[in-house]
Amino acid sequence: MTHTHSHHDSLLRFMTCGSVDDGKSTLIGRLLYDTKTILADTLTQISNTSKKRGMEAVDLSLLTDGLQAEREQGITIDVAYRYFSTGTRKYIIADAPGHEQYTRNMVTAASTANLAIILIDARKGVLTQTRRHSYLAHLVGIPHIVVAVNKMDLVNYDQTVYDKICADYLAFANEIGLLRNSDNEAGHDIRFIPMSALNGDMLVDRLDSMPWYQGETLLEILEKAPAAHTEQSEAFRFPVQFVCRPHASDNPELHDFRGFMGRVESGEIAVGDAVTVLPNGYHSKVKAIQIGEQPLQSAKTEQSITLLLEDEIDTSRGDMIVKTEEANEPVKQIEAFVCWLSETPLSPARTYLVRHTSRESKAKVGTISYKVDVNTLEQQATTDLKMNDIARISFKLAQPLMVDSYSSNRATGAFIIIDESTNNTVGAGMII
Amino acid sequence: MTTQQNQTQPLSHLDWLESEAIHILREVAGQCSNPVLLFSGGKDSLCILRLAEKAFRPGKFPFPLLHIDTGHNYQEVINFRDQRAAELGERLIVRSVEDSMQRGTVVLKTADEPRNKHQSVTLLEAIEEFGFDCCIGGARRDEEKARAKERIMSFRDEFGQWDPKNQRPELWNLYNARAHKGENIRAFPISNWTEMDVWQYIEREHLALPSIYFAHQRDIVMRAGAIVPANVPLANGEVINQPKAGEEVINMQVRFRTVGDITCTAPVISDADNISKIVLETATTTITERGATRLDDQTSDASMEQRKKEGYF
Repeated sequence: MTHTHSHHDSLLRFMTCGSVDDGKSTLIGRLLYDTKTILADTLTQISNTSKKRGMEAVDLSLLTDGLQAEREQGITIDVAYRYFSTGTRKYIIADAPGHEQYTRNMVTAASTANLAIILIDARKGVLTQTRRHSYLAHLVGIPHIVVAVNKMDLVNYDQTVYDKICADYLAFANEIGLLRNSDNEAGHDIRFIPMSALNGDMLVDRLDSMPWYQGETLLEILEKAPAAHTEQSEAFRFPVQFVCRPHASDNPELHDFRGFMGRVESGEIAVGDAVTVLPNGYHSKVKAIQIGEQPLQSAKTEQSITLLLEDEIDTSRGDMIVKTEEANEPVKQIEAFVCWLSETPLSPARTYLVRHTSRESKAKVGTISYKVDVNTLEQQATTDLKMNDIARISFKLAQPLMVDSYSSNRATGAFIIIDESTNNTVGAGMII
Repeated sequence: MTTQQNQTQPLSHLDWLESEAIHILREVAGQCSNPVLLFSGGKDSLCILRLAEKAFRPGKFPFPLLHIDTGHNYQEVINFRDQRAAELGERLIVRSVEDSMQRGTVVLKTADEPRNKHQSVTLLEAIEEFGFDCCIGGARRDEEKARAKERIMSFRDEFGQWDPKNQRPELWNLYNARAHKGENIRAFPISNWTEMDVWQYIEREHLALPSIYFAHQRDIVMRAGAIVPANVPLANGEVINQPKAGEEVINMQVRFRTVGDITCTAPVISDADNISKIVLETATTTITERGATRLDDQTSDASMEQRKKEGYF
């Protein structure tokens, strides 16, 4: 296929993994500051706070300083979203705390990211947390990984330090199947970059401290990273969110209007395509595609549209429209990696609610095969699941779901688990 | 084939944001039994109305519009609000902070205390009156620090309180808007938009706005470094924001970046009299939207967080 990707005016969502000690807040602060996202009054505010705390220079990490509740406890409890724009691209940063007890926050941030920046302190090299962050980025299927070796200023910008960290990381990445190569096409696109976030070196600007590094700056990498989650072509998946039937309208032409509203989660669709509505298996053809009342000939991934079909088919929220030649079988049993998000442990005896696309089903735990130690990546036998645990679990479902494996389709491979007694979201699942 | 090539291009950032917002609005409609859309006549809520048109037309909106009126709103904005609702043929409910004051549920510390934060009380009363289970609002995460961690579907307890430590994890685009009776969800379809995105969208969609968003001559006074509109007439004939002793009334060319309660929304000096000039000005401004214009956010570093905990949207 010959296509030239233009990223002009597109949007990239990325996340940063690391703890405060790695300079994560400084890195984000730098990106915002160097792309001129920070305006004068905010800068005055953090400069006052810096002085109050007895610091000489303005502490850019204060830009990501959290809620009062967090400041009081001196910890970060939640994912924060930040925005900047370069004129070429708009960026959404998911800023997640990196400590072990915040696996759930990392998974949350990763779920919408297409690129992860994994921070390594040049003085410390590849640590347990680096492995944890990499494993989670892998588990949640982030296609692009940038390993940022930070604090190069504290190791005299020594290339041998940087080279050793890169080699260590590659060895580890290869070991867990992270690396994309001819044997492992599902692997990740991994890049390395030396930097000093504190000095703003190799983020937006290239200072002259590391002449041995001729690769791209962080911003150059971000500007070129593909916006789409995958470059593979995916099957058309259209979960119905809402059915529009304006039959009571004054306009007689709308009397038979039946619009299936939803977002194209993957693939493409065009007027005239043969489709199947699942789980019932009715067949029809696409009569029209609209955004609002504007007609389209075709629609692609991530577009929110209204589909009109040739035949009158009884379809409601939770059904899935697929291309007939790409239809998947509805299933009543799934196996998945689950990250537990709730302080209340999973109870294998209870019935939970699974939300998958726009569909819900009651679900019971079948078997828990093992849980994964996120630090050693060892599999351990277990009978329960606590907050931040990740385990391989099978579920029996009351209603059929139209699933794909998470590795082949992020939107139809993902689900959340809801505890009906509290209505809380207690788990996140990725179908195997 | 050119159409085939277009298919491989990612959506533009505005198309992506639009599509995400439509998806969120449809999730609210699909998951909630009695939602409502908060509509003030301001630019963010006007964007949401356009998004709702794209989400639900040719059908009617599956929710009414609700405005909590402090009684201290600019006439231009109130007129625009009514006109827009009428054009859309959608139902507009207005509930007034002044009614809550009469009921005794809102008690002002002083007669001239800004009423903005008291909107929370009237909103909660309206939620109870109509049994709304979800309020759709135009808040954005880039507006303020306390909003950066806000969920797209934000859970509020029976007292309308936002507990930052008790929010549901939000993964992928799988939103959980479930609530028990009495509890409430606040849904924010344009969470991921910045002020710039909003102006670009208004420009692209040719959205009409209340006139006070554009540069106009206005009497103002300078008060504690902020531009305060002076002698603003209300519909009932009352004139508010009268200058204090010693304050000099100046006539200046200004525009509003946000519109809200007159007593706590300040204009900025500007000659931007059309949308493209505003977009340009937004790109080169040195002051944040709320920093320049919201007098109520400056009381403390955490004032927005505090108000949200008390049920503010």
